[in-house]
Amino acid sequence: MALNSKIPAGQLAEKWTTYKSTCKLVNPANKRQIEIIVVGTGLAGASAAASLGELGYKVKAFCYQDSPRRAHSIAAQGGINAAKNYQNDGDSVFRLFYDTIKGGDYRAREGNVHRLAEVSTNIIDQCVAQGVPFAREYGGLLSNRSFGGTQVQRTFYAAGQTGQQLLIGAYQALERQISLGNVTMYARHEMVDLVTIEGKARGIIVRDLVSGELERHFGHAVLLCTGGYGNVFYLSTNAMGCNTTAIWKAHKKGAFFGNPCFTQIHPTCIPVSGDHQSKLTLMSESLRNDGRIWVPKKQNDTRVASEISEEERDYYLERRYPAFGNLVPRDVASRAAKERCDAGYGVGTSKQAVYLDFASAIERYGKIEAHKLGKSGASKEEIYALGKDIVKEKYGNLFEMYEKITGENPYLVPMRIYPAVHYTMGGLWVDYELMTTIPNLYALGEANFSDHGANRLGASALMQGLADGYFVVPYTLGNNMADDIRTKAIPTSHPAFEKAENDVRERIERLMSIKGKESVESFHKRLGKIMWDKCGMGRNEKGLQEALEEIKALRNEFWTNVRIPGEINEFNTELDKAGRVADFIELGELMCMDALNRKESCGGHFREESQTEEGEALRDDDNFMYVAAWEYKDESTFQLHKEDLVYDVVHPSARSYK
Amino acid sequence: MQHYNMNLTLKVWRQKNSKKTGNFETFYVKNISSEMSFLEMFDVLNEQLVSEGKEPIAFDHDCREGICGACSMYINGRAHGPWHQTTTCQLHMREYKDGDTIVVEPWRSHSFPVIKDLVVDRSAFDRIIAAGGYVSVNTGNAVDANCLPIEKEMADESFAAASCIGCGACVAACPNASAMLFVSAKVSHLALLPQGAPERRKRALDMVHQMDEEGFGSCTNIGACEAECPKGISLENIARLNREYIGSMLLGNS
Repeated sequence: MALNSKIPAGQLAEKWTTYKSTCKLVNPANKRQIEIIVVGTGLAGASAAASLGELGYKVKAFCYQDSPRRAHSIAAQGGINAAKNYQNDGDSVFRLFYDTIKGGDYRAREGNVHRLAEVSTNIIDQCVAQGVPFAREYGGLLSNRSFGGTQVQRTFYAAGQTGQQLLIGAYQALERQISLGNVTMYARHEMVDLVTIEGKARGIIVRDLVSGELERHFGHAVLLCTGGYGNVFYLSTNAMGCNTTAIWKAHKKGAFFGNPCFTQIHPTCIPVSGDHQSKLTLMSESLRNDGRIWVPKKQNDTRVASEISEEERDYYLERRYPAFGNLVPRDVASRAAKERCDAGYGVGTSKQAVYLDFASAIERYGKIEAHKLGKSGASKEEIYALGKDIVKEKYGNLFEMYEKITGENPYLVPMRIYPAVHYTMGGLWVDYELMTTIPNLYALGEANFSDHGANRLGASALMQGLADGYFVVPYTLGNNMADDIRTKAIPTSHPAFEKAENDVRERIERLMSIKGKESVESFHKRLGKIMWDKCGMGRNEKGLQEALEEIKALRNEFWTNVRIPGEINEFNTELDKAGRVADFIELGELMCMDALNRKESCGGHFREESQTEEGEALRDDDNFMYVAAWEYKDESTFQLHKEDLVYDVVHPSARSYK
Repeated sequence: MQHYNMNLTLKVWRQKNSKKTGNFETFYVKNISSEMSFLEMFDVLNEQLVSEGKEPIAFDHDCREGICGACSMYINGRAHGPWHQTTTCQLHMREYKDGDTIVVEPWRSHSFPVIKDLVVDRSAFDRIIAAGGYVSVNTGNAVDANCLPIEKEMADESFAAASCIGCGACVAACPNASAMLFVSAKVSHLALLPQGAPERRKRALDMVHQMDEEGFGSCTNIGACEAECPKGISLENIARLNREYIGSMLLGNS
């Protein structure tokens, strides 16, 4: 099967405009007859369900949480990018496009990314109109800050709770459509299979997580907005329930999986404190606006931070990357932290941490405030107090969160941070219209592979989720549905629904009948360890091959020795988890295969065999300038398809932040 | 910070489903690290139960970083436990010492029926938002974001109200099981912004009406909601809701 990305012809900046002006439309009367299923209610899902409901489609939305407002987009902290150029600092749609392509290490499509940059400005307008309370300046206008991989200030934010505010905006729009009867909401429902009829996606099988019963739902089209699969590593910044099941089921039904090994390891997370750890907590990238990252210059230095003088500190990001300093992209910052810790310069009891220090920011802000207040002779203490207030206003909730988790006060001692799994750039392969290789099946937001290449820039996930849901899919779905207006709703008694439901039931019964000795959680932890050790921040051929063997063995053990208490037809969280972990194990295998296949280093994918003398990632454009799209064939058998990446406007070069 | 281990006695509410009656069961956990979060302590207990072939305790949780609003435990008589402005998932075990007994219940409110053990049904909150907790603006209708300056103080105050996570601790803490703090946070968030102005009166009336329909109790100015709110939502919002509501009653909802 040849992959067709369906990028419109014409000049890069004209493609989306041309598409919108020429795509097919569905008239309002016909929209009312067309049923759309939206799975997941994060930024992509809630915005898509609300926007499609507004247009008049009959929408059914599903989420596993008890309310659509709890989707994990809510936890995004730092901000959302948009090419508004409100700061007059030289930003433009082209620059946002360029930064994103470069940040992604030249592994994303130009057409998609340019569209993303174009609609970024509409998102901010839409959110403000909904009542999203972004941070503002005293003049009443919107405030911006910087994020990694850019030299302009284009990030809009609401303290350290930007994801929450954007999701509440989308959730409210969704609830409005629910009250108008345009959207029917199914909370505490999990998609457990995709139903295809004559090669097209026509519905889903879901499990009611309260009663345990299986349900069939028809849709002319199905939109998967189910987020990323970072929990394959067990420990990640994802929510406990985040899972791959929806996209994995779709993959097994024929949707190709794009670049599964592209994983983002976020540089600034609270370090692991022990074996009991259930998840990792991010400290927003926005902190790198003001925080300086350092380790002692001396190896195995056991002194506390305050006893280490300025001359004895190695601000290694500022040293290695003077042009971007502490604001280098995430993949670069994470690898640099790992390099220092591996070399014996780590801090804290585990030695797997570096400092993120706000002392100089507090002093700098304190001096500015003292100057504003005309206090030329302010004491050190006064300056500290003034500066602390400013830092508190910017990052207060993050500092509090840090203190609750670690018991340390980050205003007084530097934060200890270490990289952690955060985001997956890989996902279902989609074309320009966000359609997967299964007709009528779409993937939006983090669930697709499309816009971030091999590394996502900070504050771009929120942008992409909302772009896909508010501004892309309402057009591209119509273009396809225009050909489907004669299709009547298919009754769920259709044999395809029957078969899909039976398959799901058999699998659940098989899981419950194993009655082994080991808990689901323990299998998940073991999978996570394999993935982190061998398919994490550094990857090599030997390790990946070992991982493939270990995962196979783990899978066999899981299916013969997992223990799931309780019954099928009741609220049973162990059974929910078991289904998800079984899918993670299969996905883990594919991720390792993809990482093994891609012998180059690019973005977050660092193959140790492919690096420069200075230890920077070394791309191999001659052999790997393609999207790896994997087709599921059979258990442990996947076929690789390549979508060559063509750069008409940007010329790929060695990515330098020096 | 000094770390230590502890053994604890837990008395936890067990309830098979919404139709059965529930009761407290006693459990013992050993070697709990002071560095664990409260929910990680429950993970340890649940792993122990699974290994004994028993059913683990059901509880709602998801982000475990204090923002999704899913976690909801009533710990030793307090919603989300003893720490000020802290969700259950952010409560850490260094609060407790060896030999302590901890009693854990679900949110108790007629409008939040128990689904299983510590899991309750909070869909009433979604229905209250659906009744009017939004700005009626379809996608694509917006003008430039900076065309309407908003005073920083107003924007900040609106943000403070909008930071509600919809966890329901306010209802659980209130002797009347009133949802006034939740409703007032949403009404305030939107009433403080010019974008929310056109529907302001109707919103207050419709949301309060839905709140009453759901069977939540009345507010008698006790203030337990504010004291227990993990996000520090202020009682001032309730005062504002009362003003909005009375104003709407007097002026009509158009």
